[in-house]
This record gives sequence, structure tokens and C-alpha cells, in this order.
Amino acid sequence: MTITTAPAGVSLRGVGRAFGDHVVLRDIDLDIAPGEVVALLGASGCGKSTLLRMVGGLDLATSGTVRVDGHDVTGIDPRCAVVFQEPRLLPWRTLAGNVALGLPRDLPRNRRDAESRQWLAEVELRGFADHRPRQVSGGMAQRTALARALARRPGVLLLDEPFAALDALTRLRMQDLVEDVQRRSGTTVILVTHDVDEALKLADRVVLLGGAPTGVSVVLDVPGDRPRDHHQPELAELRSELLAGLGVPRRTPLERETHAR
Amino acid sequence: MTVADDVKTVAGAKDGRPARSRRWTSVAAALSLPLVLLVVWQLAASSGAYSTAQLPPPLSVLEALGELGGDASLWTHIAISVQRVLVGFAAGAGLGFLLGAVVGLSPGVRAVVAPSIAALRAVPSLAWVPLLVLWLGIGEGPKITLVAIGSFFPVYTTISAALAHADPHLVEVGRAYGLRGGGLLGRIMLPSVAPAIFSGLRLGLAQGWLFLVAAELIASSMGLGFLLTDSQNTGRTDILLLAILLLATLGKVCDAILGLVERRVLRTHT
Repeated sequence: MTITTAPAGVSLRGVGRAFGDHVVLRDIDLDIAPGEVVALLGASGCGKSTLLRMVGGLDLATSGTVRVDGHDVTGIDPRCAVVFQEPRLLPWRTLAGNVALGLPRDLPRNRRDAESRQWLAEVELRGFADHRPRQVSGGMAQRTALARALARRPGVLLLDEPFAALDALTRLRMQDLVEDVQRRSGTTVILVTHDVDEALKLADRVVLLGGAPTGVSVVLDVPGDRPRDHHQPELAELRSELLAGLGVPRRTPLERETHAR
Repeated sequence: MTVADDVKTVAGAKDGRPARSRRWTSVAAALSLPLVLLVVWQLAASSGAYSTAQLPPPLSVLEALGELGGDASLWTHIAISVQRVLVGFAAGAGLGFLLGAVVGLSPGVRAVVAPSIAALRAVPSLAWVPLLVLWLGIGEGPKITLVAIGSFFPVYTTISAALAHADPHLVEVGRAYGLRGGGLLGRIMLPSVAPAIFSGLRLGLAQGWLFLVAAELIASSMGLGFLLTDSQNTGRTDILLLAILLLATLGKVCDAILGLVERRVLRTHT
């Protein structure tokens, strides 16, 4: 099965979000090209998830406009699919039944099960279609959530810290899987994370959010082709710059060398 | 990548003893206490401390069953009571389900309606009887209505509370994947609160039986509640005890049937 999607561009213009008098996000301008992978990086509670939810229409901006594929987002956008930090699977459905939630509504009933199983195979869960969520590990549940999102054939795949709750090894596998799926499907990806290395490994551009209320502090292009190894020397400087921006400065290897002498 | 080693074994699936023998053990455990009570009853009745009018022995209750069961009257009493409970429960639980869903889903409706319903709920069951007799006469109407009132509140309360607190994460997933209104209710919200729905239904059915007896005690010429007052008036304590035992048995059987349905529905649920 081909998993190609028609990637959509995203455009944010002067986007802000306030909860009552409390302004969380202000004046965010950002253009994301179709097929691009952008990481939104920021400290906990800075509003990066809120920004992602506004692209998906789960939350609405209090000022400015959010556009997906040239159309204003005014509610749940059918061109977007979200993977949350938790798998959020329906416990009373099988894994295949959960993936079916992402399939288009107009897909005939007799093809839904077969398609769900194919999407599960895409996330290396062939053979687990009839398992229940409680019977599988956290990593497998999160892969099912990814399959559910892919089944929507999204123009924009919204990932809200999807690896944060996984153990280190599973997280690396998931990152590889997302990288692979993105390359084959060509979909636009917005990834919310607080992990600098994850951002440098997966993203074409990293958007650092900061300030109070939160705005875009800096946008950095990540050099080199994906898949990347975040230990590449040209990424080291970028890494320290981002960590400094997050308020945890680290010396670069070069500085460390100089210091040792 | 290997995934097979990630799979957890299903808890409880591998148990040494076969399910059948465990079920018989639990049936035996459940029956042991009634058997002890039966023995105590027999000993108390034959000790001479009570007259047979006060406490007839178990055997004479059994004889009363044979006596009444011989002509059709006992079965008529049972049938009319069961019918009243089932019809009243269907009406009350159905209305409780609908109103509970609306109140649970809409904070606006809840703000207007919920306090008044809570106040009505505080009215004791017997307080309704004179009003129902005045409005609906002494036919089947007031009895079925009273059972419906009894069944309504537990179903209404559990469903409205459960839906108001349905897992917001799952509801958000439903919305994010394009479900709204009826689709969201049917595919996400009701399944997520199914255990609460069943406990509400079981409570409602039990309360239906309570209210049935209240209705039949007051104005009735048939039914197990009538049998209670009638046997009291004629001094037939054996029939009185028989009626109580029949009420216990019927209530338990109804609950067990609903419990079986619950088990079947929820088996695949968690």
C-alpha cells in the first residue's frame, strides 16, 4: 500500500492565545512549507502544545490567523492528524478498531478492517491487529496511535511530545519510525518536544519558543540530510545554542578542549 | 525490530484451575450462609420460644408454597408483580437514561434541571402514593408509575455523573478524529462509561422492586406486596414469610440476569 499523502503548508500570522487575562502566546509568525519537518522546542508550560493544538483546530487562537493549505482553521481540521503524548487508545476496541477511527468516514465498511491492518503493518505491528490496548506495551500502543494518525492520510502530522513517556530505547525506535514514515509519505510534520537532540535528529528547522508571554525566540535551520546523527560535530554548536536558549547553557566540545589546556 | 517480546501476557488468562470448578466453588460459598440461616430458623422455630403464629418452621412455609402453588393464584401474584417491575423499570430506566445523558452532556441543562431533580429524589417513595392514586386511580397506572419513579433515579444519577466525567482525553481524541454529536456520544462517551451504565441499571432494577412492594402494600388486590398485607391480616405468617422469600428470589434472579448481560457486554471492554 502506498502511504503517500498530499503535504500541506501551514502559515501562522500574529497568532496569540490568552486564557482570560493570562496571555500565553503572542505574535507568532511562522511559515511551514509542505513536506517540511519543524520542531517546536520550548520549556515545559511555555505553550508549545497549545500552538500545536491551534494548528489542528483543537484550540482556537484569540488573535491572528492559522492557515493550513491556505484555508483558515476554524475547527477540527480534516487535513491534520494528531498524536498525543499518551496513546489515548479506546480500551474496548482492538488495535485494528482503534486505527479504524482514523480512516475516512466514506470508506466502505468491508474495506475498513483490511486498511486498518495495513496501517498497523506500516508501524511494524503486523500480527497484533486483534490485541487489546491493555495487552501491548506502551511503545506498541504509541505506534498504534501513529498508525491511527497515518490512516487519516494527513497533510500535516501533528506530534505532541509523542515520545516523552517512552523509555530511552523505545524512544529511539519511535524516532526512527517517524523519520521513515515521514520520508515515505512526504507529509508535513510539526513536532512538539523539549528534547534538543530529538529536534536536531528529526527536524529540518527548529523553532525555539520562549519569553513571557511566549513568542518565537529564534528559528534555526538544521544542516545536513536526514536521517541525522545528533552527535555530528556541525550540530554541536547548534545544540549548545538551543540549550542556552532554553536556559541550560553547556560548553561546546571546542570550548571544553580550550578549557582543558 | 522485534516486537513479540514487548507483549504482556493477559492478566488472569493463565490460571491453574479450570473456570468451571471455580464457579462451583463460588456458588457453594454463596449458598452456605442461606443454609446456615435455614438451620438457625428451624432450631429457633422448634425451640418453643416462639409460637407457630410468630415463627412457623421452614417446612410449613414450603407447605404454603404447595398449597398456594396448587391453584393458580400464587403464579398470578408473581406474574403481575414481575410485569409491573419490568414495565416500570423499562419506562423509568429509559427516561433516566435520556435525561441523565442530556444533563451529563450539557452544563447548561444541568444547571437548570439537576437541582430540581435532586430535590424530587429526596421525596420518600411512600409520599408519592396518595398523589398517584388521586391522579391515576387504583389500576395498574399508579403501581407502574411508582416503580418507574424508583428505577429512574439510580439510572439518572449514575449516567449523568459518569458522562459529565467521561475521560476528557478520549473525548478529545474522538473530536480530533472528526467525531461530533451523536457519533461522539455513541462511539466514545457511552462505551467509556459502560460499567457505570450497568451499575446504574442494576441499582435501578433493585430499587424498582422496593417501590413495587410499596405500591402493592397500599392499594392493590394482586401481587406479592398484596400477599404480604393479606397474609398479615389473616394471620398466615407462613404465607408472609413465603412472600418475602419469593421477593428475595425474584429480585436476585432479575439482578443475576442483568449481571449476565453486563458480563457479556463488558467482557471485551477493558
